[in-house]
Amino acid sequence: MEHSSPAGRVFRGVALTLILIFFMFPIVWIFLMSFQTNEQILRIPPRVLFEPTLANYEALISGQLRTAAGNLQISFMRNLFNSVVLSSAAVLLALLLGVPAAYAFARFKFRLGESIAFTLLSFRFAPPLLVLLPLSLYYQELGLNDTYFGIVWVYQLIALPLILWIVRGYFEDISPDIEHAYRLAGHSWREAFTRIAVPLAGPGIAAAGLLSFIFCWNNFVFALILASADKQPVTVGALAFVTASGIQYGQIAAAIVLSVTPTLLLALYAQRYLVEGLSLGAVKG
Amino acid sequence: MSMVQLLQTNAQAAPAKPRPRVRLLPYLLSLPALLVCVAILVPFVTAAVYSLQRYRLNLPYLRGFIGAGNYIDFLSDPAFWNTFRISITYTAVTVVFELLLGLGIALLLRRPTRFHNAVSIMLLLPLMTAPAIAALMWKLMTNPSFGILSYLVGLFGVTDFKWASDPSSALFTVVLVDVWVYTPFIMILLLAGLRSLPRQPFEAAALDGVPANFVFFRITLPMLAPYIITASLFRLLDSIQQFDIIYAMTQGGPGDRLMVFQVQAYLEFFQYTNVGRSAALLMILWLITNILSNIFIKNWLRLRARAHGHA
Repeated sequence: MEHSSPAGRVFRGVALTLILIFFMFPIVWIFLMSFQTNEQILRIPPRVLFEPTLANYEALISGQLRTAAGNLQISFMRNLFNSVVLSSAAVLLALLLGVPAAYAFARFKFRLGESIAFTLLSFRFAPPLLVLLPLSLYYQELGLNDTYFGIVWVYQLIALPLILWIVRGYFEDISPDIEHAYRLAGHSWREAFTRIAVPLAGPGIAAAGLLSFIFCWNNFVFALILASADKQPVTVGALAFVTASGIQYGQIAAAIVLSVTPTLLLALYAQRYLVEGLSLGAVKG
Repeated sequence: MSMVQLLQTNAQAAPAKPRPRVRLLPYLLSLPALLVCVAILVPFVTAAVYSLQRYRLNLPYLRGFIGAGNYIDFLSDPAFWNTFRISITYTAVTVVFELLLGLGIALLLRRPTRFHNAVSIMLLLPLMTAPAIAALMWKLMTNPSFGILSYLVGLFGVTDFKWASDPSSALFTVVLVDVWVYTPFIMILLLAGLRSLPRQPFEAAALDGVPANFVFFRITLPMLAPYIITASLFRLLDSIQQFDIIYAMTQGGPGDRLMVFQVQAYLEFFQYTNVGRSAALLMILWLITNILSNIFIKNWLRLRARAHGHA
């Protein structure tokens, strides 16, 4: 089944090279750009070799951006902080709500369970704006607009289905016999859950948590609608950055690098579980 | 936790009902998730109600039920049909491209060598980049004054190629970004599928000297079909709802060239403050995704049951 003819091998080599260039080049190029001054970026033809500068990162960290129109105060670090707070809180809440529910769906066959599981799954596929636009009107009345709590709450739309379906699969893979034996030894249901089931499903729970963190971090539209400047995560903040006039291109590139680095590192760390997570457990990696 | 204890004492107090704890327990465990569900369902129902109203935020006194008025207006509204056409085109083009490219890459990486695994891990990076940020990256690369891609196409004699800011190339540009972000998704699903296929049919075909074409179309593709269907339905559902890439790139422009459902609904709501129209537009999109996701969930459940070994 393997073509090992020389022509076939050359074709595969060329094809893989082109694929790698297409998918890697943008990341590499923006990374290089983030260490260049505006003059270096605007130079034609562009050069791959240049004297790197950390000025773009320094400007972002200090929040003082020198532009053609004078000094501009943009606190991108605040966006970064918001991303960390929002994504971590959303994942913690989703784990607290989702893991017991996933256990219930895996261990007990009950009618309501299937309908809850499916309702949550169908949220994964509903247009987010359908929920977000009315929600933004409600939030205004409830005073939840532009609060961390309000945003973390809607992030459950992303995190909860993911955690529920992945962790459920892991619980289903663990034989209930171990828990039964533990229960027969006189332990309560709660002990069986916390001491046997959860530790055994640990890798799955961790993977689901990491993945939902990545997806919350990468979300754009929720905060675009529900958050104002001081609660916005990096995805929305970076866009505001581009539209602000006179910003140096290297600074935009540096902001992009800072926004994607955490998720890319987590993805590399959790890559073993990505296949399962991305298909909500439909395909075992 | 205290609820469980409460339940246990109840169980002891009521001997007439045997083991009520086991029947109630799953409900208690899933109750919090259920509450979140309900809280999210409320705005959903509200949106359905809004779609039947004349409701503009700037003209609150005109608010009232108009039945299917918003929907009927769409029928004769060229802006709606433009949105419909662009959304369908965008979805069809991205899914077909990503499927072909993703399948091709998966086939290239099929043998689990060290190098192939390293490549497949590297290809995950675009997928893990926030789509809105990915759009910004491509925006920097296609900038007319310093963008590397503008420079590169210039070397091939294509000067003045305006990428996303020209109506004739805008769709191409956002499709390119979508392909960059999401092809790896199809690739890793199909790669997992390919590697999980049983070996015997392929070994038998090799022994019998069956031509490679025949093996591909008669053995590989049919066996891979459930994975292909799952991956493409996942992409169809996401693609028809695309917002991030298009909004970050051009906000639906130039003109209305990239006006897809969610972008138009967003603008109807925030720019024209027409809540009723915006909601009706989203309800139509929801109807489309609902039909797709029903097909999807059926297929997906079968595949999942197989993956967990109780087919």
